[in-house]
Amino acid sequence: MTVTDTARESVSSALEQEQGHLIVSHLNPPPSYDLDDHPVPTGREEIWRFTPLKRLRGLLDGESSEAHLTWTTTLPEGVTLREVGADEAVALGELAPNDRPSALAAAHAGSAMLLDVPADAAITEPVVLHLHGESVDDLVWGRLLIRVGTHADVTVVVNHTGSARYAAITTVLVGDGARANVLTLQDWADDAVHLGRDAIQVGRDATVKHTSISFGGDVVRMHANVEYAGPGGDAELLGLYFADEGQHLEHRLFADHNAPKTKSHVLYKGALQGQGAHTVWIGNVLIRKIAEGIETYEENRNLVLTDGCQADSVPNLEIETGEIEGAGHASATARFDDEQLFYLRSRGVSEKEAQRLVVHGFFNDLIRKVGIPSVEERLLSTVETELAKNVLKEDA
Amino acid sequence: MSELEIKDLQVSVDTEDGPKEILKGVTLTIKAGETHAIMGPNGSGKSTLAYSIAGHPKYTITGGTVTLDGEDLLSMTVDERARAGLFLAMQYPVEVPGVSVSNFLRTAKTALDGEAPKLRTWVKDVNKALEDLNLDPTFGTRSVNEGFSGGEKKRHEIAQLELLNPQVAILDETDSGLDIDALKVVSEGVNRFRAQQGKGVLLITHYTRILRYITPDHVHVFVDGKVAASGGPELAEQLEAEGYDRYLKAGV
Repeated sequence: MTVTDTARESVSSALEQEQGHLIVSHLNPPPSYDLDDHPVPTGREEIWRFTPLKRLRGLLDGESSEAHLTWTTTLPEGVTLREVGADEAVALGELAPNDRPSALAAAHAGSAMLLDVPADAAITEPVVLHLHGESVDDLVWGRLLIRVGTHADVTVVVNHTGSARYAAITTVLVGDGARANVLTLQDWADDAVHLGRDAIQVGRDATVKHTSISFGGDVVRMHANVEYAGPGGDAELLGLYFADEGQHLEHRLFADHNAPKTKSHVLYKGALQGQGAHTVWIGNVLIRKIAEGIETYEENRNLVLTDGCQADSVPNLEIETGEIEGAGHASATARFDDEQLFYLRSRGVSEKEAQRLVVHGFFNDLIRKVGIPSVEERLLSTVETELAKNVLKEDA
Repeated sequence: MSELEIKDLQVSVDTEDGPKEILKGVTLTIKAGETHAIMGPNGSGKSTLAYSIAGHPKYTITGGTVTLDGEDLLSMTVDERARAGLFLAMQYPVEVPGVSVSNFLRTAKTALDGEAPKLRTWVKDVNKALEDLNLDPTFGTRSVNEGFSGGEKKRHEIAQLELLNPQVAILDETDSGLDIDALKVVSEGVNRFRAQQGKGVLLITHYTRILRYITPDHVHVFVDGKVAASGGPELAEQLEAEGYDRYLKAGV
């Protein structure tokens, strides 16, 4: 999809009237470490209006806490993980918090964990950081930096299990010409609350894939932000979520095209089942005046499997230059397609089996893009487990 | 041996102005080993006949019976009808994104047989069926009907017919939109199917073209939701020469 010439004209004339160029996005508050810049939300703010604040279990009050998640790590040779002080984290180029939970996480976590992948290192095995919480009574502030050196190649899996009230700020700094594949999996127990912010800086000509997968937790709200340190960067942001009864799963994307010739491609797919299952997808894209020749496309698809679910899907595009290769978005939320089910059933396949095929098919193309075989296999079986809860249930 | 017996079938669809009657009492018996062609103008209800026999939820049966070997098809679910031996080759096959052709075929075969097909012979059978229909071997890895050309969709339907090997096949305008080469390939597939003992075929078409390759035992002219005339293959030739006009006038 491309912006048509007419659209270009209207965009540029609107901008001329503004006399000057937009410095901050209308949709994304400016990043800041100062907690005063991130007041306690009332729920009416644009960035909070979908989130059930009452179910955050006081996380936004910002009490300090010494509790930690238990880290179990797989660190292939050449990769190091160490603790760094707050000042060092900032000096390393941490991307500043853009909402209250991430600002609180930076303020209270104190030190940060730094995962370092040296320049030119080609790490074939995935780095795995398995973070486990013991109880939702534990309030945990997390701070992580992933630094991928120039021309390095690495895959990092961050896996969350157990329970906690967890707010984390994560920064991924990808050096020039590097390739990074980062996946965050929210496989929490039913009562967990997780407010996470991943922000990625894509180096010149670097390629980044970021995948966010949410299955568990009572409230999960994840940011995936991307910005560019130079031209030529390419970011693919993927997401998969499966919301059950009562669950709130929210994914907020922000592609900030702050450099020319950069690319962002977003694909998030979700399924919902059970009373009160709620998913939110916000896809914000900002194309700054300098960002000529960029290409962006974002897509969100939701499959509603039962009654009583709600899927909110909001793509937003802010454009300051019309001199781009292309910009587009698509969003669709639907139930099972009767024609698809009829076609499959007319070949003898039972209704449940047909629904199962359709749901697997819905997620398959996304799962194939993840690019981490062990995770792909696991995702297929998790989708199967989720299906067993409703679609494949014997008495359903 | 199987016999598809349609008796006084009446079918309506819901429209904005309330239910609309489409089939107004169709009676037709397809005995084992017979091929029947149903020909008729657009909007005469030919496709409705096909889809209501297969159990599409859009259609409401308001009267009549349909039995396959004496079993009441109309009381069965869509998939039960298929397992009873019915197959519908659709005019507009549906895309199922993310589900590969080979997975789909294996799932269907397993559902029909009640057990998974033996891997070695099955792979061979699938490859042969695809090859016979001039479909590329990589076809199996593509998503069902997604991005298929019109001809590929129809050839895929007939590949399914041969692999799933039902008792009775309804072919709904399988010939429409095919070039002459594809029409020959598709017709050969149908002929291989009906060369077997006891298979019934109900071939629905708008044109006589396909009947040069698939010779029917009986031809029925379908007008305004019912059979207006029946005869042998010569009836098709007469329709080719004269068109549907005189049946349309008679219907008024």
